[in-house]
Amino acid sequence: MKFSEEEIQNWKCETCGEGLVMRKVEFSYMKGSFHAELPACPKCGLVLITEELAMGKMAEAEKALEDK
Amino acid sequence: MEKEQRIAWEAQCIQEEPPACSTTCPLHVDVRQFMKEMAEGDVNEAYKVLRKNLPFVGILGRICTHPCETKCRRGEVGGALAIGSLERFCVEHYGSPDRVKLLPRKSKTVAVVGGDVAGLVAAHDLRKKGYGVTLLEPGNHLGQSFRKFSEDLLPDSVIEEELGALKDMKVDVRFGATLDAAAFEALCTEFDAVFVDRTSSECASLPLEKDNDGLIGVDPITGGTSCPGVFAGGKEGEVPIMLAADGRKGALSIERFLQQAHMTIGRENDGPYETRLYTNLEGIAPLDRVRCADPDVGYTLGEAVQEATRCIQCECMECVKVCQYLAHYKKYPKKYIRQFFNNEKVLLGAAHSSNQTINSCTNCGLCAEVCPNDLHMGEVCLEGRHAMLQGNYMPPSAHEFALQDMEFSTSDEFVTCRHQPGTQQSAYLYFPSCQLSATAPAEVLESYRLLCENLSGGVGILLGCCGAPAYWSGREALFRETLKTLRQQWQAMGKPEVITACCTCQSVFSEHLPDIPIKPLWQVLENNALIDNACREKDAGKTIAVVDPCSSRYDPEIQNGVRRILGNLGFTLEELPLSGELAECCGYGGLVFNANPKLDNAIVTRRAGENERDYLAYCAMCRDKFVNVGKRTAHLIELLFPSVAGNDPWARGWISWSERRKNRRRVKDELLVNLGETVEHTVESYEKIVLHIDSELLRTLDSRRILESDLRQVVFHAEQTCKRLRHNQSGMFRANHKMGNTTFWVDYAPEDEGYRIHNAYCHRMNVTGVK
Repeated sequence: MKFSEEEIQNWKCETCGEGLVMRKVEFSYMKGSFHAELPACPKCGLVLITEELAMGKMAEAEKALEDK
Repeated sequence: MEKEQRIAWEAQCIQEEPPACSTTCPLHVDVRQFMKEMAEGDVNEAYKVLRKNLPFVGILGRICTHPCETKCRRGEVGGALAIGSLERFCVEHYGSPDRVKLLPRKSKTVAVVGGDVAGLVAAHDLRKKGYGVTLLEPGNHLGQSFRKFSEDLLPDSVIEEELGALKDMKVDVRFGATLDAAAFEALCTEFDAVFVDRTSSECASLPLEKDNDGLIGVDPITGGTSCPGVFAGGKEGEVPIMLAADGRKGALSIERFLQQAHMTIGRENDGPYETRLYTNLEGIAPLDRVRCADPDVGYTLGEAVQEATRCIQCECMECVKVCQYLAHYKKYPKKYIRQFFNNEKVLLGAAHSSNQTINSCTNCGLCAEVCPNDLHMGEVCLEGRHAMLQGNYMPPSAHEFALQDMEFSTSDEFVTCRHQPGTQQSAYLYFPSCQLSATAPAEVLESYRLLCENLSGGVGILLGCCGAPAYWSGREALFRETLKTLRQQWQAMGKPEVITACCTCQSVFSEHLPDIPIKPLWQVLENNALIDNACREKDAGKTIAVVDPCSSRYDPEIQNGVRRILGNLGFTLEELPLSGELAECCGYGGLVFNANPKLDNAIVTRRAGENERDYLAYCAMCRDKFVNVGKRTAHLIELLFPSVAGNDPWARGWISWSERRKNRRRVKDELLVNLGETVEHTVESYEKIVLHIDSELLRTLDSRRILESDLRQVVFHAEQTCKRLRHNQSGMFRANHKMGNTTFWVDYAPEDEGYRIHNAYCHRMNVTGVK
């Protein structure tokens, strides 16, 4: 999943006051796990998951794991 | 699914049974496929289909007496297909026969005594299977029975060419063979098995036991004679195709004998038999047989194609024709059953796509209703859901939302069980249902008031859920628990007669709590003259289409009663294509709305388009689901209680899942107030949060199954912890919070006293680490 620079720069972690940077994020669901590069707070690790990602790629992956 | 169960279910589905033409054919030619190829004008492929089952196809294709035509189902709508003429056309058109492909040579050898049709076919079949075959013919010619036909019908050149195949196949043909007892004994020693063609008169002298007609006696199933390893068939005067079938039977028996296999098992369908295939001819326009322009020449290619096109390609597919779910996955029950079984028992739940297929059946039972053998795919799928739960591979997303909704309806938020205000006993117990209370709370309260005023002996009320979602989702323990609670409540109320306003509740009670007497509200209102027939004066003459819920399928009394009530109110009724015993499900059944929203939407959208009139439903979910796709639909209870403020049944729009919960609470609260009880709710801090959401977004969030309480909890959590992202330009917040198995994300900003919701979405995948 590609994120535009602009999109990343638009958000700031409120607690840490930090801008977001790309981080390797690990996911798991049912019996599957994988990782993706996603914007996150460099300090506390709060990850940005966009609507596009949640309703798109993530939903597809959930479906694939459920039907496996 | 146990193997025995799989076999029993599979046997109920007869889609794979061959059509009558094939089972009537002594050699089981795939006439349906032959017709398909011919209809496409592919004579070569059609020839291949014939050749697969017919030996000496150029001969049998010309002279077969085509018993198949007597059972051709096209005969019931027009005229039976000219199968014989088309076969003739095909073999004439194709010309010289192809070489017969032989299996690798086996060490065993067989003697065939007598070279008429049965002997020729036995020799052909056995040689094709790889056995060494010696054909002993006492005369000078093979195929005597073929030579009785006129040259026009069967030219000698064709006979020679076709029988020439035996030479190509390296069958050792010996003419002028002596057939006495000594020669026969020598044959039995030299060869591993013998087939005797009884058509030759010389064979009568062989030392084998005879039957009453003086023929060599044979076992009707195997063709076996009194001598082990010696088989016989054929009979003077029989038509060639029957002689051929005898030869084939003998060859099959010899193969089994030489392989030391069981001689009789699985041979019920060796010769002609009655097919179990059901083919519905309704709606098939009659078509007469295509006549040849020149009967002396026979069919032209154009005529042959046209005639073959008349074939209706017999099949069953009755359930698939009426069930969008079965059609969606492009299979028929026998295939689904095999797929589910393999997924469960062979792949242990690891096969792609079975899970959603099993969860996409509405369990409405329409398939069983139209199936000639009553196969109920709902039962198959329910068993599949049990196995998924047991094997721990049921996707949590499939039923979670529906079960949470049920949990609400079986919690203190809704459950209420009380005698009528001012009384201590109940002759009746009103059980309006969780879903009707969710969509028509005022009408539920009004109907209760009416019952209280007019029925004697006290009308208690029970708010709760019948447990259908637990049943559909395969949660057996939860379902049993729910039924147990209902029974206890009913007993505590003095075992009154239950009155329900929901067909699903009615069917759950009837089937699973059969000792509890239950009646539909509509019947009680009608029988006690509690319906004001003039109450819909302004709608008089309005034409509407009635939507029978699937759960009313076997309750014609309810279906007729509703129609009678509507008629008396002055409505003119139209019927949907499928109603009454053939009622369809709206997609709520089986919780398909939860497990497969896309299919659910497709089902209800198609059904909404089936009649342009406004719909009238008497199932709360049917009403709400049709309205959800924009179809003007009212619920019967709304027609009967126009006194309710704001009651305009046809104009009432869609309703959100959050609203449904609010309405259930409202029914409970108002009942308790009427009873003079104090209503107390523990209000969580997050519940006090005021939200501003525009209606379009609300609709989107509802379709994502995000409740207002979910939004409040996310906002509350973010406000408490400050764990959130902030948009640099707009100042909007984006926060997430995991509740249960779902992580919710909400975009929001403070506005007035509360918060403006800009968007929300959710996912089930868990973030387990950030590097």
